[in-house]
Amino acid sequence: MISPAPMREIVAIDAQAVSPEPDAVLAAQGVPTGVELHARVGDVLRQALESLATRMAPAGLFASISQEEFAEIHRGEGQNAAETPLAEIAPRGEHLALFAVTLGPALDDEIRRLFDVQDFALGAMLDAAASAAAERAGGVLRSHFERTLRAGGLADEGSRSLPYSPGYCGWHVSAQRRLFAALRPEEIGIRLRESCLMEPLKSISGVLVAGPAEIHDFDAAYDFCSECSTHACLDRIDSIR
Amino acid sequence: MEVLKQIAAELERGDGEQVGALTKRAIDESIAAKTILDDGLIAGMNVVGEKFKTHEIFLPDVLLAAKAMYAGMDQLKPLLVEEGIPTIGRVVMGTIQGDLHDIGKNLVAILLRGAGFEVIDLGNDVSPEAFVKAAREEEATVVGMSALLTTTMLGMRQVIELLKSEGLDKQVKTIVGGAPLSTEFASEIGADAYAYDGANAVEKVKALVAAG
Repeated sequence: MISPAPMREIVAIDAQAVSPEPDAVLAAQGVPTGVELHARVGDVLRQALESLATRMAPAGLFASISQEEFAEIHRGEGQNAAETPLAEIAPRGEHLALFAVTLGPALDDEIRRLFDVQDFALGAMLDAAASAAAERAGGVLRSHFERTLRAGGLADEGSRSLPYSPGYCGWHVSAQRRLFAALRPEEIGIRLRESCLMEPLKSISGVLVAGPAEIHDFDAAYDFCSECSTHACLDRIDSIR
Repeated sequence: MEVLKQIAAELERGDGEQVGALTKRAIDESIAAKTILDDGLIAGMNVVGEKFKTHEIFLPDVLLAAKAMYAGMDQLKPLLVEEGIPTIGRVVMGTIQGDLHDIGKNLVAILLRGAGFEVIDLGNDVSPEAFVKAAREEEATVVGMSALLTTTMLGMRQVIELLKSEGLDKQVKTIVGGAPLSTEFASEIGADAYAYDGANAVEKVKALVAAG
């Protein structure tokens, strides 16, 4: 692995760039693409997207990290599964960076308020829209990270990065403590609760691993894979091929 | 009674204002609160549930209907309390400790209330001890647990084991749900049921209650 000067950058993320496609928001609620919506549902979707655009304040942060430092963060508090994909993938990465993105606190408050006033459809629609926007914000940060590597001559056009987050695929959520201590995402308004989950809720954290696409390949046959019904990892790997 | 059919129909359309107004009219016509609940509101939600199951409508439609249901319930609740009408079951629910993702759990709670259950929602990040304490104090029929993270879902086993060690497992059934879960996982940790979505959760809870 090349050892460049450490990078740390707060990235301004354009709200418009992360506004989700209506179909993606509906799909997250089990509405198939192309289905004719009832007028009331169409109204709720429009209101949710307007509310999202008004309230979200996306921001991101990444900081490069060495293999050795990351190994400690990945180990966390020793509660990971005995074997994890990331333990195989990270050492194969050419560049690693801790990262965090958030949409800001206003959305959590509004979603809670909507459920409190029993406006469940709008609350759930806004929640789905915000989750999709947070994923897109993660994508914007990832693209920025890749461009930064290329601009610095640290990666070629074939390099691909993918994010990996505590709480998934055997990486225990308690690793968030070390991740937060190293990354300090409080600077962009993300706080870690005692239970190791983030506030605002519409935030994502983890590590970006960059290198040739094949470094991300793994056989989804870990013990915890049998307990997972989504297998979203396979879609992620496919997305960079 | 025509007004009850109208309540059910407006509820299906998700028109809360109409459901509230029609429920008030039914009360004014001296129809028993339990009849309005069963033959108007719950009848409407049952149709919604069936259409949801057969993919004629989708989650946003169901949630609009649920809001309409609550508009009717707001009118009926004082009468139901006054008449001492028992609920069909009491469900203690929460998202497991270490997990803040509670949207799925909220939706299940909404649908269970819509089906006539009393739901005690403990919120998110709920410890095993808090689940068991609430189950005992509320005399719950069912404990429902939700998790989104593969690392937190293991906490469900602790709740089930604690219920057993406290001798509550005979009277309290358990149901689990959440994106990373499966029937196999539920069975492995000793849960009485697994639900893959909100409508399925209502069916499974009804079956657990019926089985006693």
